[in-house]
Amino acid sequence: MAQEHCTNQGECRTGQFITLLALGGLVILGALYAFFTLEHHGHVLTGMNNQVVWGLPHVFAVFLIVAASGALNVASIGSVFGKDVYKKRAPLSGMLALALLAGGLAVLVLDLGRPDRLIVAMTHYNFRSIFAWNMIFYNGFFAIVGLYLITLMDRNLKGWSKPVGYMAFFWRLALTTATGSIFGFLVARAGYNSALMAPMFIIMSFAYGLAIFMVVQSSMYYWNGLVLDDGVRRRMKNLLAVFVGASLYFTVVFHLTNLYFAKQWDFERFILLDGGIYTQIFWIGQILLGGIVPLILLFMPRTQDAQKICFCFLAPLLVILGGLAQMYVTIIGGQAFPMQMFPGHEVTSTFYDGVVAQYNPTVYEWLLGIGGVGITFVLTVIAVRAFKFMPQDDFHVLQMRRSTD
Amino acid sequence: MARLANWLRLVALIVVAAFSAAATVPAAAGVDLPKIEKGKGDKCVEDTQFMRRNHMDLLKHHRDDTMRKGIRTTKHSLKKCVECHASEKSGSVAASKEDFCAACHSYASVKLDCWDCHATKPGKKPPTQLGQGRVQMQSSPLIAATQPGESK
Amino acid sequence: MNDQINTNSVEAQARRDFLKTGALVVGATLAPGVLFYGVAHSRAPEEAASSDKRYGLLIDTTKCGNGCNDCVTACNTENGLSGETGPQDSQWIRKVDIKDLRTGYVQSLPMMCQHCENPPCVDVCPTSASMKRADGIVLVDRHTCIGCRYCMMACPYKARSFVHEPLTDQNPEVPRGKGCVESCTFCVQRVDRDEQPACVEACNKQGHGAMIFGDLKDPESELNKALKSASSIEVRADLALNTGVRYQGI
Repeated sequence: MAQEHCTNQGECRTGQFITLLALGGLVILGALYAFFTLEHHGHVLTGMNNQVVWGLPHVFAVFLIVAASGALNVASIGSVFGKDVYKKRAPLSGMLALALLAGGLAVLVLDLGRPDRLIVAMTHYNFRSIFAWNMIFYNGFFAIVGLYLITLMDRNLKGWSKPVGYMAFFWRLALTTATGSIFGFLVARAGYNSALMAPMFIIMSFAYGLAIFMVVQSSMYYWNGLVLDDGVRRRMKNLLAVFVGASLYFTVVFHLTNLYFAKQWDFERFILLDGGIYTQIFWIGQILLGGIVPLILLFMPRTQDAQKICFCFLAPLLVILGGLAQMYVTIIGGQAFPMQMFPGHEVTSTFYDGVVAQYNPTVYEWLLGIGGVGITFVLTVIAVRAFKFMPQDDFHVLQMRRSTD
Repeated sequence: MARLANWLRLVALIVVAAFSAAATVPAAAGVDLPKIEKGKGDKCVEDTQFMRRNHMDLLKHHRDDTMRKGIRTTKHSLKKCVECHASEKSGSVAASKEDFCAACHSYASVKLDCWDCHATKPGKKPPTQLGQGRVQMQSSPLIAATQPGESK
Repeated sequence: MNDQINTNSVEAQARRDFLKTGALVVGATLAPGVLFYGVAHSRAPEEAASSDKRYGLLIDTTKCGNGCNDCVTACNTENGLSGETGPQDSQWIRKVDIKDLRTGYVQSLPMMCQHCENPPCVDVCPTSASMKRADGIVLVDRHTCIGCRYCMMACPYKARSFVHEPLTDQNPEVPRGKGCVESCTFCVQRVDRDEQPACVEACNKQGHGAMIFGDLKDPESELNKALKSASSIEVRADLALNTGVRYQGI
């Protein structure tokens, strides 16, 4: 019976599909359990405190939101920059962007102290607040990318896809600028307070979004028993390498700038040398696993026979891990470092002034954070099954192009 | 989230529909009105019927005036409501199901979040209010027309 | 009415005096029989806080007792705080001990919301729950606070606390509850009755007299006289927030 609705063989594995849904649903249930528990007992059950006010849920939320705008990049390269291979992937890219944003926002909202007052956040805007602007950008992103998806998938509206694609492209740049500026505009803390935050978040969003896109794409091809064309794979892998390299570059410039300013030395020593867990996550997570190893995997010279090996799953997976590590170091490391109110003085108080703040995430925070990933996962699985998001490459054209490469 | 909320609403609707269908028969026999514990005031600052319909607007207006502008008149202040309406038994407006605020709100099933932050009991020692002389002055002929019976 | 008097005044130096007279005249004409106490200084309950005032606090660290914690205790009692000092407990005011790393000179001082003229917490708040009253007191409107904690990220003084647990038996004058951010209010409920904040009162009671509270816009106030007589600083002056709380002796 279900056979009739299949557009290709992979979509008929209903049992496995339901298993995936159930797994995702379980993760979401976990997040809901955490949410209702926290709503009842308060944030006392989390590891967050008056020193580290944004914890693990924000790490996941900001990562997902940043990756959402990055995932749209594939579509933008197609619509705005006219690359055909990417144009074929535009619908999948747009859908992923929406799913990622939904997951990220859900975590952000569920972690509020008063989530029941979400309506207040939507009706009282302080336009001096970059946070309020972010809410406008998020809502607009849903609308514009939704419209963009429609123009991409409706034959009659195809003509609109380019102008709407442009709009989506500029909107997403504005959105990531605003997200980066949430940290960039914090004058108080040594770890933030930099104009570099916005462009750095944009370049990182390119890397994280493309990495997630590649992981999803590889899974879809595998699910359907197909193999992605070598040429397409090579292009995407090179693009990912460029983005990862650029992210590393921005990280280096960010820290070099800080190292040049004497007043920032203490903070740099904390992140780069003696910050304990934050130093470890920075070097091992963000730099090594999230940057250098993927670059090696992607650029490893291959013999003619080994051309097929691409690491198109493993390398982007590492980039995603590195992205979460980066968010942890940026968000939590930045708060753990004590604020300098009296330079040149040793400071002590009952309110943990002058000491590195302690933060140990509890199970509720993990459940909330991973729940966001679960929401993205479930939305993606349903969308991919219900609509035609599988990239439809024109293999004839690809063949021709390859011969002229 | 929105999707989930809609589903939840649908489920809630079905549950409510089922319950109200089941409750139709006994309800037709006559509804019990909320039982309210006695407080200490004999009449409210406004007419009872007016208060029943408009207390939330008065409170909200007053709350913004006090919070944002520092206007501290007492006529429509929540603190003064509590001072009068706290029940003789529990000394609170929301400690038991029959205390003033809780009685009607649980009857009408309207959730309140006032008491997340505001005290449900009057202060132990009433603070030396500089405006105390003023309270009397505010008593207008309007209030004299207030119908008694709110406490019953 | 103030304006009229001002424009009529020829001598610029006499302006302040005229303002005062203006207040008297306003009071006398607008509310005869109502304003029967504290004419020029105290504000009537129905009168909104005015930007003719800006409340401020001067703390003399040389007078602040090392080891004395009376301001903190008084604050906790007045505002109904538990007084516990775990990482998740609220502290509106705290004693900070600082030691100069070069000279070894040790000082102790109270730290709380600095009631900035340009408060970062107000700038970043998405719902305008974080607000500055006309008379310069920085407050959190718990009715619109969604508990996002962005203000806590933005505050350079770590002045704010988040309520991590449900609370009961609050002080009726100081509502506070789970899921919202809070901080020193200059004891706004007392200030509105023309009293001093609890910490200042406690400090004076102890005989230290390290804290002077008053109106920064009134040149005759004790606060302004003290500010004029000796040098004072604002903490993190590099941020140019023009704090309402200033320190002497650091």
